[in-house]
Amino acid sequence: MARELLVQYLIAGLTYGVIYAVVGIGFNIIYNATGIINFAQGEFVMLGGMIAVTLHGFLPLPAAIAGAVVLTMAVGALVEMLFIRWLVKPSVLRMIIITIGVSILLREAALLLWGNAVRALPYFTGNEVTSVGILGARVSPQVLWAVGVCLALVAAITAWFRWTSWGRQMRACAANRVAASLCGLPTRNLVTLSFVLSAGMGALAGCVVSPITQTQYSVGAGLAIKGFTVAILGGLGNSLAAVAAGLLLGVLESFSVSLLPTAYKDAISIAVLLLILFVRPTGLFAARLTSRV
Amino acid sequence: MPSARLRHVAVFLAVAAAAQLLAVGAGKGFLLTQLTMAAYYALVAVGLSLLMGFAGQISLGHAAFFAVGGYASAALTTWNLASHRGSGLVAALARAGLLQARTDLYGGSLLTVHPWAAAVAAVALALLLAWLVGIPVLKLSGHYLAMATLGVGTIIGSVAIGTEALGAADGISGVPRLPLAFGAAVTGDSDQRVLNYWVAVAILALAMVLLLNLVRSRVGRALRAIHGAEDAARAMGVDTARLKLRTFVLSAGLAAVAGVFLTHFNGGIGPSEASTMKSVKVVAMVAVGGMGSLWGTLAVSVVLNFLSLRGYFGTFDDAVFGGILILVMLFSPDGVLAPDLRRSAGAAWARLRAARARRRAGAGEAGEGGTGAGEAGAGEARDGAAGAGGEERP
Amino acid sequence: MRLLEVQEVSKRFGGVQAVNRVSFGVDEGMIKAVIGPNGAGKTTLFNLVTGMFTPDDGVISFAGEPIQGLPPHQVAARGVSRTFQNIRLFDRMTALENVMVGRHLRGRAGFVAGMLRLGWTRREEEAVREKARELMEFLGIGALADREATSLAYGQQRAVELARALAADPRMVLLDEPAAGLNMRETADLARLIGRIRERGVTVLLVEHDMSLVMEISDEVAVLSYGEKIADAVPAAVQKDPQVVRVYLGDEEC
Repeated sequence: MARELLVQYLIAGLTYGVIYAVVGIGFNIIYNATGIINFAQGEFVMLGGMIAVTLHGFLPLPAAIAGAVVLTMAVGALVEMLFIRWLVKPSVLRMIIITIGVSILLREAALLLWGNAVRALPYFTGNEVTSVGILGARVSPQVLWAVGVCLALVAAITAWFRWTSWGRQMRACAANRVAASLCGLPTRNLVTLSFVLSAGMGALAGCVVSPITQTQYSVGAGLAIKGFTVAILGGLGNSLAAVAAGLLLGVLESFSVSLLPTAYKDAISIAVLLLILFVRPTGLFAARLTSRV
Repeated sequence: MPSARLRHVAVFLAVAAAAQLLAVGAGKGFLLTQLTMAAYYALVAVGLSLLMGFAGQISLGHAAFFAVGGYASAALTTWNLASHRGSGLVAALARAGLLQARTDLYGGSLLTVHPWAAAVAAVALALLLAWLVGIPVLKLSGHYLAMATLGVGTIIGSVAIGTEALGAADGISGVPRLPLAFGAAVTGDSDQRVLNYWVAVAILALAMVLLLNLVRSRVGRALRAIHGAEDAARAMGVDTARLKLRTFVLSAGLAAVAGVFLTHFNGGIGPSEASTMKSVKVVAMVAVGGMGSLWGTLAVSVVLNFLSLRGYFGTFDDAVFGGILILVMLFSPDGVLAPDLRRSAGAAWARLRAARARRRAGAGEAGEGGTGAGEAGAGEARDGAAGAGGEERP
Repeated sequence: MRLLEVQEVSKRFGGVQAVNRVSFGVDEGMIKAVIGPNGAGKTTLFNLVTGMFTPDDGVISFAGEPIQGLPPHQVAARGVSRTFQNIRLFDRMTALENVMVGRHLRGRAGFVAGMLRLGWTRREEEAVREKARELMEFLGIGALADREATSLAYGQQRAVELARALAADPRMVLLDEPAAGLNMRETADLARLIGRIRERGVTVLLVEHDMSLVMEISDEVAVLSYGEKIADAVPAAVQKDPQVVRVYLGDEEC
């Protein structure tokens, strides 16, 4: 039984791990474009799942998910345009407090719209009891969906940054905002784009994991702190490292449940965050970060 | 002539007295209950104001220290030790007079730690925890400090909600009164309502005197220097790490004291007191009250807490605080009661009085416009410089 | 014996060797200048001496004791004070309060004493205030005591920084480009002032671009170029040093 249980935990960990990775990369995208850590990052994942559930009431699943991603992207753009865009050189403290305020407002709006019920999209293939065998363990195909989509998303975003014109402009903007704007790049729009992208990524991830993890108005804050852990663990700005870090954290959390009460699950991953911060206070890629923070 | 600090404290006490008379006179004495709670929460806010406004360090986990104080004293005063009477530790505590025997609601006999011993232990625990946490956490700055304090708060919150011995989701109830002199006690009993109101007001006033003294002292000056230009402060011999840590511990201690007293006043404590949202609300109060303005923080937090406790914000309570945070940070990041604003209001008042005095003395009024313009100019220059300095700060 | 002795000190940032095996000394009561083109490592050297950076290699000793690697506040506690090239005054504080922070080391009042406002702390505060005022008078900025420090004119801010640096009665003060941004008359005043600071018994080490000021007031001048010391002698000798002349003629600044 030991091995099956092990695989079971591992797979549960991977499911959460990919979503942490996606949230972590969402942090990276905005941080690179603006130097802001967006405390409302987890809310995008929550919104994606919640909107998709609602749209699925009258739309087929793929359309509902697409709609949810687009709407969440619009929310991301709106957040940036309303609260971030027109601030001239805001202090870090100010940005922290503003994005926390945004996260509270989004969460409360979700509570107002959807109540505090726990919701979930249906399984993409099969149902709760459908399973496929992997290494002797029974695994829901939805796990494969979640892991697959999230990894594809990471690959796509990495390729986009590397090979498209917009992606290159955003990297230029991240490297040196002043120089980028002197070269005529629309840095302000690039910042908006960073919010749109990271909102869209979060929303899509929120949709694919929702059948397994379920979603509720209040899940954002927990996701944000774990996504941040992943972003730091992987070194801000590094997508592949963020994936590795996300999987690591997810698996660690999953195994912690076998040792400690479930209520302590969050405490474990936060303890990991604190440990990293204390051991490498400036993050794992120190030189790069100190100039920003 | 008394110092400005003591005058302000006197004004505060007068306002507190007026509030009491108004509430009781209008036959709404029950309002004092929420005012008392608001005063204890305000103690948390002024402590955080010292840390944020003077030392320039953010803490997104301050409710946790309130909760540590509250939970520790609640647990110690409700865990029944009667069945452990024989054990060495309990016997030793009993001999030292640190235990209290009483009967519970159903007449069962209880043997618990004495409320005052529990209170001292609770505050000491919070101080120790803040010290242990503060050493690594305060080496961080900016986003990292924010996330780390948020993380510490979340951990303490999930321990509170996940531990059976602390009542898990229900929290702890049945906390006894904290006896004061002459039969008075910190308790929610309605016959002691007025007295408890004044206990809370007195603690808050005492804390204000101590903090106002502190910010005007050598230490306060060094803290403001850290906030202004940390590297220069260090070059002047200021041990910034030590001062930040002590400030952190002091502000955590104030939160814990508030936690202890409010838990006795309420007769219990629940896990929502340790939630992240509570911590964020305290940050909101400091932000609105003005960074570096203890009185501003006190006023704002008493008012906001009172309105919140009275349920004026209804189900929008959290949303109201979120909205306030955004609005204040967007439009008036120094707070709505920022020192600059108050100073200019004070200057205007002084000008008015000077003008009146001159008129009475029959002096010409020509000078007035000139001084006014001069002061306004200086004010502008100062704001500009402050803005420029603010950009450089991480 | 030399008050400050820097021996074979090196500091590297990533691929840049900012300071390479530099040695020099400052005698008690001396005015010594460190000059060199931009990027020669002068400010890095200051930051190494004052504990802002830790040297990769080498020994820095002050009054006979090694100080390299000590945190800045401990270096300050041994009697080394400084000013900054980009003025670093404390905003939202008056000029007088800025200078009073400079005397932090000479005070004792901590958290408890400060909160209780004990009698001796009030007397201590009064003494600190008195000292700060005296220094501001000494530097000719007594009238600016109650003005917000960061709202003052540039030259006045430099003077406040100087007063702040002197407030703790240091044995040595490091001045990082004290004449930057000053006009000719202000520079001449500064030269006299530095002389008077020495008369108070304070050893002066300065980094400066203004060659005439350096040559006029310094007892010794050390020259850095690309992180290495290329000369170290009395001003007249340095001016004639062929290597120094080459460095400066190759540099458009002079």
